[in-house]
Amino acid sequence: MEGLIALAVKAIFVENLALSFFLGMCTFIAVSKKISTALGLGISVMVVQAITVPANNLLLTYLLKPGALAWAGFPDVDLTFLGLISYIGVIAAMVQILEMILDKYFPPLYNALGIFLPLITVNCAILGGSLFMVERDYNFAEATTYGLSSGFGWALAITAMAGVREKLKYSDVPDGLQGLGITFITAGLMAMAFMSFSGVKL
Amino acid sequence: MSQTKREMLIDPLVDNNPITLQVLGICSALAVTSSLQVAFVMTLAVTFVTAFASFFISILRNQIPGSIRIIVQMVIIASLVILVDQILKAYAFEISKTLSVFVGLIITNCIVMGRAEAFAMKNPPVASFIDGIGNGMGYGLILMLVGFIRELFGAGSLFGVTILETVNNGGWYVPNGMLLLPPSAFFIIGLLIWGFRTWKPKQVEEREYKIQTVEGH
Repeated sequence: MEGLIALAVKAIFVENLALSFFLGMCTFIAVSKKISTALGLGISVMVVQAITVPANNLLLTYLLKPGALAWAGFPDVDLTFLGLISYIGVIAAMVQILEMILDKYFPPLYNALGIFLPLITVNCAILGGSLFMVERDYNFAEATTYGLSSGFGWALAITAMAGVREKLKYSDVPDGLQGLGITFITAGLMAMAFMSFSGVKL
Repeated sequence: MSQTKREMLIDPLVDNNPITLQVLGICSALAVTSSLQVAFVMTLAVTFVTAFASFFISILRNQIPGSIRIIVQMVIIASLVILVDQILKAYAFEISKTLSVFVGLIITNCIVMGRAEAFAMKNPPVASFIDGIGNGMGYGLILMLVGFIRELFGAGSLFGVTILETVNNGGWYVPNGMLLLPPSAFFIIGLLIWGFRTWKPKQVEEREYKIQTVEGH
């Protein structure tokens, strides 16, 4: 249990997906102009991440790993090379299912998040989370914790970024830096701030 | 076709750069640039995937139904990325370890999807192929520039060959360790964008609020 809490804190702060691995940067830069939209996108990423990482973990354990197909009578089969295409398939399918469920049972939430959901399929943070899960050999409990907390970390980062940018638009920025340039510099400063967590040992 | 093939190849380098103007494919641009060798391999991989993905999607563009085009594009891109991943694992295992998850993340690299969606779905195969190479090179240009600065000043070497003898090895250069850490990549790209836009003022974005000057002071 303690191990899981440590993992969660590490995934949220020390190894923040957006600020120390640069995952999901395209959306991070493009959709961080207003706090409300950033928060909506952040929550959707968190939900999708919390579902897809454990789902891909199950897929890996019971279908892809060397020897994983022993239950079906193929103990020598190694399907790990199909990993990438299966993870992205799971992600695309999950996003589609989530979209349909929201549309049917929670229309207000669907209307609020609607436009962001398709975007999430191509968000590197989601695929990145699954790939890190594979690389670090997490078990099911760890994968669930990691999915939830890394999604939370990403949501935290994009909301904070949107807050900074809302204030930033009133400042006098040099012409060439206007827009994209200053956003990068701001993200750099935020990444530095998040680095100060890296001394925290758990 | 108003653009010539040469223009299609050169245009994405500076005038229509995927990273600094179209804001595509930033994730990997930042993460793999701490050494030049890794950045170079990543450039090759992305250029290869973009060019061939555009090529194949363009061949199939009249057969793909609109409603499932994203998933079809994904399957084509993912197959190419698996190919690259397996080749790297077989012939450049060390580099593939350093790149870790970022080879897989080429699938979700917005440059590949973006060019497939914006160009390859509307243009013939050869043109799409060239457009893919052009955009891969535009991406690579930024990657190599950032990698050059980070490796030279952060570790005193280029492609792993020592250029500036560091203090640890008895030389004179005190390496700037900050440049090997993630935040520096943001700063360097930010400053590069500043440079690009000062050179090509057309790319400057409009301000949302103008500072008013009061006359008569």
